[in-house]
Amino acid sequence: MTEEQILAEMAIILNEVAGVEASKVTADKSFLDDLEVDSLSMVEVVMAAEDKFDVKIPDEEVKNLRTVGDAVNFILKAK
Amino acid sequence: MSIRVAITGLGAITPIGANVEQTWKNALAQNSGVVKLNDKWSEGLAAQIAGRVLIDPFEILDRVQARRMDRSTQLGVIAAKEAWQDAGAPEIDRERLGVHFGTGIGGLNTVIEQYETMMTRGADRVNPMTVPMIMPNSAAAMVGLQFGAQAGVHSPVSACATSAEAIAGGLEMIRNGKADMVIAGGTEACLNRLAISAFAAMKALSTRKDEPEKASRPYDLARDGFVMGEGAGAIILESETHAIARGAKIYGYLAGAGMSADGYHIAAPEPEGAGAARAIKQALLDAEISKSEVSHINAHATSTPVGDIAEYKAMRSALGTDLDNVLVTATKSLTGHLLGGAGAAESIFAILALKNGVVPPTMNLDNQDPQIEMNVAKPNKNTLAKGARVALNNSFGFGGHNVCLVFTS
Repeated sequence: MTEEQILAEMAIILNEVAGVEASKVTADKSFLDDLEVDSLSMVEVVMAAEDKFDVKIPDEEVKNLRTVGDAVNFILKAK
Repeated sequence: MSIRVAITGLGAITPIGANVEQTWKNALAQNSGVVKLNDKWSEGLAAQIAGRVLIDPFEILDRVQARRMDRSTQLGVIAAKEAWQDAGAPEIDRERLGVHFGTGIGGLNTVIEQYETMMTRGADRVNPMTVPMIMPNSAAAMVGLQFGAQAGVHSPVSACATSAEAIAGGLEMIRNGKADMVIAGGTEACLNRLAISAFAAMKALSTRKDEPEKASRPYDLARDGFVMGEGAGAIILESETHAIARGAKIYGYLAGAGMSADGYHIAAPEPEGAGAARAIKQALLDAEISKSEVSHINAHATSTPVGDIAEYKAMRSALGTDLDNVLVTATKSLTGHLLGGAGAAESIFAILALKNGVVPPTMNLDNQDPQIEMNVAKPNKNTLAKGARVALNNSFGFGGHNVCLVFTS
């Protein structure tokens, strides 16, 4: 899976879980500050991403995932 | 002089309508909302019929918002939104807006779903929104958040008396000056295999399989238990002064409320209806209304053999011979039993009956139980006398909770 493909899938997940407009989802966006994904929604996003990409994102990693790009990079490496 | 509490908005989602207008129209037209359950999960159950809300809440609510709510909360929020719009979506100081909204069972569908997720996919797959979705105050909290209510958000829980108790609580909030407006009511949505099995195990449910619309038959000799239903009702209560100042439409008044407990049994009603009678008497006393002024009662009447008689005895004991001048109806014959949503939905029927001078007839009353000697509304025998201005709503719950509300035009 390429970086672009993961980003596109993340946009779908963010829309489904938190109602974020897919077009707003770019690598530089902060989950909390830009996309208003609160901590509970973030748990849902992480769970959906784990299922989608078949990876494990440990709790201690989640706090380092500030932007969508951080998440995409983590998934890319983990796969 | 105590504060008079007006009713300025109504909202409902029931097995006979997605809003108040449809619900009222179908109630008068005797279109039952009780249907056969043809779901995979209902296969083989002792009771296979229910009063079901047919519209999908996701068609009405925002998708992201709705997926964070149990179905019971979804229905409650839908009813509250309708009531709020009906009240004119007023600009009000949010610190003066309260919520009193309950559920009898809570987010049981979500409990079941998440339990299944945990068992099949693992404990770390449980939805992080599970707790806010299953807590019994979820509907009250979501309704409060919807409108920014800050005067206090409360959720009484008293089984099938819940939403009537919530309305009584709203009355008190306004009377004691804590709020100018309260969104009051309740909701239920627990049509699932566990809840139906559990109520059936108590032998509380009708086990009729054919002709589902004939199963809920309060006061009829052939009644054999209640029919589960789902739905919600919401009422905007408002201090009369506040309502008049903003030029609100006023349906009528919530003049008083009475509450009591049987102190008898966790599920069975006290057979002489003594506790229920006390609630009715207290309600009239609270409203400063004489029993001879009562024209209409929307009874609790769930269609159980014992409960309907106990309630009749209560009404007879509280009103004496004045009950002979009252037109009683049992709208659960149309909707099934909305449990925590029942008191609010049925209060709406009572309010509209007073306003329109016509009562939704009781369905399936083919042979009235001779032990129940009172006038029950039937098709073509459902108009209120001119000048009728007082209606009661009775709601009782497992645990021996009794609530009576007094509405005036």
